[in-house]
Amino acid sequence: MKSFLMALVALIVISISANLVLQKIDLSSSNASTSFGNVRISD
Amino acid sequence: MLRLFGLLALMWTLAVPSFAQEMPADTRAATGGAQNLEDIMRRQEGAKIDDSFRSDLTGDPDVAAATTDQLGTLGGASDPDLWRALRYNAADITTQVRTPAATTLMQDGGMSWLSFREGPMLKIAVYLLGGTLLLLTFFYLIRGRLRIHGEKTGRTIVRFKAFERFGHWLLASSFIVLGITGLISLFGRKVLIPAFGHETFSFLAVMSKWVHNNISWAFMVALVIIFFAWVVHNLPDRTDLRWLARAGGLFGGEHPPAKKFNAGQKLIFWSVIVLGGSISLSGLSLLFPFEINLFGHTFSTLNSWGLPNLFGLNDLPYPLSPQEEMQFAQLWHSIVSLVLTAIIFAHIYLGSVGMEGAFDAMGKGEVEEQWAREHHSIWAQEVLDEPANSKENT
Ligand code: HEM
Repeated sequence: MKSFLMALVALIVISISANLVLQKIDLSSSNASTSFGNVRISD
Repeated sequence: MLRLFGLLALMWTLAVPSFAQEMPADTRAATGGAQNLEDIMRRQEGAKIDDSFRSDLTGDPDVAAATTDQLGTLGGASDPDLWRALRYNAADITTQVRTPAATTLMQDGGMSWLSFREGPMLKIAVYLLGGTLLLLTFFYLIRGRLRIHGEKTGRTIVRFKAFERFGHWLLASSFIVLGITGLISLFGRKVLIPAFGHETFSFLAVMSKWVHNNISWAFMVALVIIFFAWVVHNLPDRTDLRWLARAGGLFGGEHPPAKKFNAGQKLIFWSVIVLGGSISLSGLSLLFPFEINLFGHTFSTLNSWGLPNLFGLNDLPYPLSPQEEMQFAQLWHSIVSLVLTAIIFAHIYLGSVGMEGAFDAMGKGEVEEQWAREHHSIWAQEVLDEPANSKENT
């Protein structure tokens, strides 16, 4: 039971830190398919 | 009179094009080299067409007129040639957009990917997972819970250390959450939106995506932990052949001897490692779009070995556009995940309700001595030969 609970805690810690790291290095999959810079909306 | 002739002549000239339209356009010449009715019909049926007459017709700079001549500045490619080149991804495109797939303006894979994903893929999922659950239910109804046959001793022996159980539960809990959130994504448009509406599904989808993407790391960490923890006990040997020949004693007869893991468990272990590894790899390729391309290279290697021809298939598509790489990664990721999930259903069944005494191995880390003697006789003997390992259950 204790190892199971430890696993759940690890699961949450790993997931949240993974998200923080990915945000920090500014990696988002939607950035890979859209371009934010230099968009000319009208003349 | 002259007017009448004039009128007749006019009618005749107007009528000629309508004759031409009624002519069956079934030869390439009749359409002036363009696609004909047959091509269109075949395309609508989704049949294969050889459209090289169009795809190769993208202009030829070598026969271009000199730039001082009429149309010479077009460089041997007319506007229709240019559009065809765009259509078949053969145009030489430059753009200031710096994303990897920006120069592919059209690609064919998208449609067949979409129709496979929203049709056959969902069927595969339902039949595979539903079928496995049905089989397990039947098995339970026919065989019931697999009991410990002999008298229980009340003594237990240690089977898994805390760290091993930690690794197993990290793997199991992440896998189950990944499975649920993955299925939510797969069945969203076809099932969940019609059933619960866009608002509800939007919330579900955003949550599922966040959870699925981020929990994946825990799964990969756990995969590495259990690989190193258990690989030595899962190398195949001769006891496995005997175990398999008797189907593990599942259909009557004595339990065949087994070491720490029997052949069935070794199959589970290697399925988890190989399929789980492959799911991780294709998942990473989806998480970092266009960065990890797994399929184009694989396809060209398989083609060069002649493997598809061996099975009477055409060569696998190569080269792939960046989008097609992603489409194949998605299909592979889902199908392999579904197969592993079906296998894991059987595993969860046997590790819990299906077999008396099994759950304790992962729950408490200790198993009833009699269970160990029956299911893992060789291992049990080894452990019991060291007296320190057996203890009274209090
Ligand atoms: C609630 C779900 C689960 C339960 C109740 C469960 C239960 C168990 C038990 C009792 C064992 C030890 C068997 C023994 O003592 O010999 C075990 C081993 C194992 N489990 Fe699980 N498990 C679950 C989910 C999973 C999942 C999701 C995975 C992988 C994705 C997994 C992978 C393994 C592997 C590789 C082994 C070692 C080989 C084997 O015994 O087959 N388990 N599990």
